[in-house]
Amino acid sequence: MDSTLAINIAISAVLALAVTLNALQLAGLLGWVERKASALIQDRIGANRAAIPLFGFKFAGKGLVNTLMADPLKFLTKEDVIPRGADRLLHTIAPCLAVFPALVTFAVIPFGDVVVLYGKEINLQVAQLNIGILYVLAMVSLGVYGVVLGGWASNNRWSLLGGIRGSAQMISYELAMGLALVAMIMTYGTVDLQAMCRAQGGTILGFIPNWGIFYQPLAFIIFMCAGIAESKRVPFDLPESESELICGYFTEYSGTKHLMFFMTDFIEVVIVASLATVLFFGGWQVPFLERDGFHFGETIFALPSIVVAVLGILSYTVKSMFFCWLQIMTRWTLPRFRYDQLMRLGWMGLLPLGFLNAIVTAAVILALGSH
Amino acid sequence: MSLPLFLPLAALLLLSALGVVLNTHPVRSAMCLVATLFLLAVFFIFLDAEFVAALQIIVYAGAIMVVFLFVIMLLNLEKDEVGRTRTGWHMTTMVSAGLFAIGLLYIVYRAGTLLPGAGMGVAAPAAFGSLEMVALRLFTVYLLPFEITGLLMLAAVVGAVVLAKKKVA
Repeated sequence: MDSTLAINIAISAVLALAVTLNALQLAGLLGWVERKASALIQDRIGANRAAIPLFGFKFAGKGLVNTLMADPLKFLTKEDVIPRGADRLLHTIAPCLAVFPALVTFAVIPFGDVVVLYGKEINLQVAQLNIGILYVLAMVSLGVYGVVLGGWASNNRWSLLGGIRGSAQMISYELAMGLALVAMIMTYGTVDLQAMCRAQGGTILGFIPNWGIFYQPLAFIIFMCAGIAESKRVPFDLPESESELICGYFTEYSGTKHLMFFMTDFIEVVIVASLATVLFFGGWQVPFLERDGFHFGETIFALPSIVVAVLGILSYTVKSMFFCWLQIMTRWTLPRFRYDQLMRLGWMGLLPLGFLNAIVTAAVILALGSH
Repeated sequence: MSLPLFLPLAALLLLSALGVVLNTHPVRSAMCLVATLFLLAVFFIFLDAEFVAALQIIVYAGAIMVVFLFVIMLLNLEKDEVGRTRTGWHMTTMVSAGLFAIGLLYIVYRAGTLLPGAGMGVAAPAAFGSLEMVALRLFTVYLLPFEITGLLMLAAVVGAVVLAKKKVA
């Protein structure tokens, strides 16, 4: 094996590991943020202390680290119960099938521009596939299996109801989401997410950043609604509505498997936030920042390549964190839909709007003759 | 696609395909079919047909199979015990499947690619299997069949709605 191939493999491995660990970490952090946000909205203090018993000692404290550690540790040390009459194999596979598509989706999401390190160009995106965003759609569509199987294999009628609700909901909103993405693909003329980010550089009229949201506001609204519905969060949380179905499709799950379903929810929140950032808010683009530094009209503040790259990653992070926060705020602000309202919104609201948006976009592009 | 990649993948694919046929439980059988379709998509990726791979997963693994599972769960199908007794049907299906396999093998033999490894390492033409290429062919050379398929789908959707409405009334 020659050295360049080895270096390339090493770079890919480091990127993949960094992105995966980052997603997992964020899932844990968001679990805490959600608690704190709900407390903020309901005028409580929220999770602020935890005691971790370890080797006979008790590490009690009020710090963030303690509360962050307590949650997963508690999940990991719980007994794993498989109900009688359940399909043991499928019951065990279901949480893996839920978490796997969610984690691998991050492979195509760019978190920075191309950075040059020691004369080597590194694209800050784990995998540059030429199907780009279709890969995201494919993985989203595979996410249904965890829900369906979890609901069915538990041998519990509430679980089954949750699983069926979940799969019907996810299939319904996939269409609206796909149509919103179609409009974005037409706008940028590419399916590659990195190319989409790059196309959002520069400004409109010299002061508005050239972001997708200013071209496709309707697509953004459709995408956010469908995205929240895909991740099954309030107001679309009928598959796991605790007042009706206990915990929906993962009622019969305990310990680590429950944690996996729990994590999947938060990873999906991060995915929706990242995609919203990349598609509509310029991804890693910082207004007025180009590869060699800030450009304000004629004046240029030159910056080294590494600083520009760090600023880009920071920009992507701040924007996607904002959308995670927005989703959490939405969850604690809105009540839950009824099931018929949910289906009506999906099929009679978002879907026709998505079609309309795609057709108008196509007409405008045809009229302008830009592609 | 190289041989050390092809063989384990092909073995996995065959195993999951066998799982579809040999499993007596409908849900497990359906999940094996999902695995088979997913592995087929992996093959498409190695054959430079990324777009077909994406469609394979979005349409078959992600949509059609979910509906299959849905139906199986709603009907609450249990282990297939009735099928064991109908030997006549078993014979028919086995004979027709055998004939199909022989036909397939003949086509592969004619193409001169019967041995694993034959035809491997041949580079695909540039932009082969990409989204742009497929779209271009679809909207120029195959425009009429494409549009007719669209009409057919629309008719099917309308038919489904009509049938569903009748049941309610």
